[in-house]
Amino acid sequence: PCAGPVENKNEAAMSEMVPEPRQKPVVPMKPIGINASLLGYIGIDTIIEQMRKKTMKTGFDFNIMVVGQSGLGKSTLVNTLFKSQVSRKSSGWNREEKIPKTVEIKAIGHVIEEGGVKMKLTVIDTPGFGDQINNENCWEPIEKYINEQYEKFLKEEVNIARKKRIPDTRVHCCLYFISPTGHSLRPLDLEFMKHLSKVVNIIPVIAKADTMTLEEKTEFKQRVRKELEVNGIEFYPQKEFDEDLEDKTENDKIRQESMPFAVVGSDKEYQVNGKRVLGRKTPWGIIEVENLNHCEFALLRDFVIRTHLQDLKEVTHNIHYETYRAKRLNDNGGLPPMTVETEENHESNL
Amino acid sequence: QFSDSAGYVGFANLPNQVHRKSVKKGFEFTLMVVGESGLGKSTLINSLFLTDLYPERYIPGAAEKIERTVQIEASTVEIEERGVKLRLTVVDTPGYGDAINSQDCFKTIIHYIDNQFERYLHDESGLNRRHIIDNRVHCCFYFISPFGHGLKPLDVEFMKALHGKVNIVPVIAKADTLTLKERERLKRRVLDEISEHGIRIYQLPDADSDEDEEFKEQTRVLKASFTPSLYIPFAVIGSNQLIEVKGKKIRGRLYPWGVVEVENPEHNDFLKLRTMLVTHMQDLQEVTQDLHYENFRSERLKRTGKPVEEEVVDKDRILQQKEAELRRMQEMIAQMQAQMRMKPADD
Repeated sequence: PCAGPVENKNEAAMSEMVPEPRQKPVVPMKPIGINASLLGYIGIDTIIEQMRKKTMKTGFDFNIMVVGQSGLGKSTLVNTLFKSQVSRKSSGWNREEKIPKTVEIKAIGHVIEEGGVKMKLTVIDTPGFGDQINNENCWEPIEKYINEQYEKFLKEEVNIARKKRIPDTRVHCCLYFISPTGHSLRPLDLEFMKHLSKVVNIIPVIAKADTMTLEEKTEFKQRVRKELEVNGIEFYPQKEFDEDLEDKTENDKIRQESMPFAVVGSDKEYQVNGKRVLGRKTPWGIIEVENLNHCEFALLRDFVIRTHLQDLKEVTHNIHYETYRAKRLNDNGGLPPMTVETEENHESNL
Repeated sequence: QFSDSAGYVGFANLPNQVHRKSVKKGFEFTLMVVGESGLGKSTLINSLFLTDLYPERYIPGAAEKIERTVQIEASTVEIEERGVKLRLTVVDTPGYGDAINSQDCFKTIIHYIDNQFERYLHDESGLNRRHIIDNRVHCCFYFISPFGHGLKPLDVEFMKALHGKVNIVPVIAKADTLTLKERERLKRRVLDEISEHGIRIYQLPDADSDEDEEFKEQTRVLKASFTPSLYIPFAVIGSNQLIEVKGKKIRGRLYPWGVVEVENPEHNDFLKLRTMLVTHMQDLQEVTQDLHYENFRSERLKRTGKPVEEEVVDKDRILQQKEAELRRMQEMIAQMQAQMRMKPADD
């Protein structure tokens, strides 16, 4: 039996309805005889190449935020990650740079290209965070900024005449810099991550890790992981968003062993064993940034850029943004927010 | 003069500074240690005095720190070296700088220092003065973070509040975080900020502040024995772990890229800090007595008999001062506004 087209005249009105198509069972490809490779090739796999070409043409946006006290090497690390001067390099030495009295949000965009692929990278810096004597609620400007980007995107999305490609200023990844005290997290770290892990992907990193010996590093990482767990802080990659067993296995290993990554950044090169490497030169040796025996920078880089970049964007879009959107729609009585035509005449529904 | 052989701390130098009689009594010294958690304070103290002052140490997690206020903890140890006895008290201030809001975190410390002065004043004014115990803080090591770009707002506020009460010696621990260049830059930056804010740190007697920087550089190169004052703030590394380097067992930290040696002057200023401390223990005590204590005493005695009223008068005075300031600012703003109105509009 099938849900076929209208059968009697009484239901003429229902002819307007689109008939339900008959579901046929899926059949496997019929095996072809002799020259299977030549005659049987359809070319479906070229779609991967098409997608790749498309991505290369359009390029993509990536927005990374860095949060942490002044002097933890945030700017240097981002420059090291993307091998370009992409951050608000806080030299603090040459310029007479004062710590701002309140937290500022500074976004700097660059287009970088590699292998024909263009990335519009925006680095969002948060100078002033955690630097005051009284740091109460200093995460609020950051949370506000993140939500503002969701709002911007939402406004575009509900527009009647939408742009083909909505500019994406949403924060895809927030690197939180932990001071390498060797003891534990600080109260401010907990407060920040508790509030912000609900709205953005947080990746905690241990800054200036060349301060710790291997044992100190292992112990500190264990303690930090425990503290994060005990306080219910879900950092990226969040357990609840693992899509399948493969994801879960891979991410479990990262969550339970590698993170938080203990990193060292540098934009200076030195000669080691005939190779030029990024590093830090001290009287007792050269710390090689990309040497896994020295620090975990390479792990962070591979994680954020080479394996999970796309996932970071997807989780931001499918989870964090959707959460924001649902809340906004609910607050609005289930209605999409109206776009404001003119500021003076119309009152916004928002 | 000072042997740099392993294990030698240098207290035997003290008798050269004081009269023979005092030697038999032994010496008392109180050292206060202030700084955020995790800056290497305890490790440094243990390294300086070749002891384990904190055997039962418990490090609280971040959630606990949220509730905690600043504590004062004093540990005393008796050290003897070549017949000279030193009764060393180390005063710790756990909780300092940990809270999200650290506005009040040095009040406890100020109270503690004042209390010791108060007690000494009381004993000094008493009838039996033969066995006065001196618990006054003779020196305060203030730990500056090696991870920052210079002084933090809290550092500035603390030092401004305490430089009239105790000898402040700024120290940068965990100096192996920094390359030599970064270290020099940080030191210079810290010194600039200290002078910019009018902070009075402990002046070593051999430091001549009238000499300009160039002269100091030249003299540093020329002088055979080093001048400790040129190295403030001391950038130090602490450790009591023994590591084998070139067949010898030395104190240090083992990294995958090399070994940092605590007592190697090319690696850090540990030896200079230690030497400075032991050769200046006498002077630190004297300055505490002659300057900080006397300041406290004269202020305190002025208030004798009317402690409460004085406080109220003080508050009134402060209030009046603030009101006058406010009025001045308002006048200034009014002036500026008037000027702006008079200016022709630019288009």
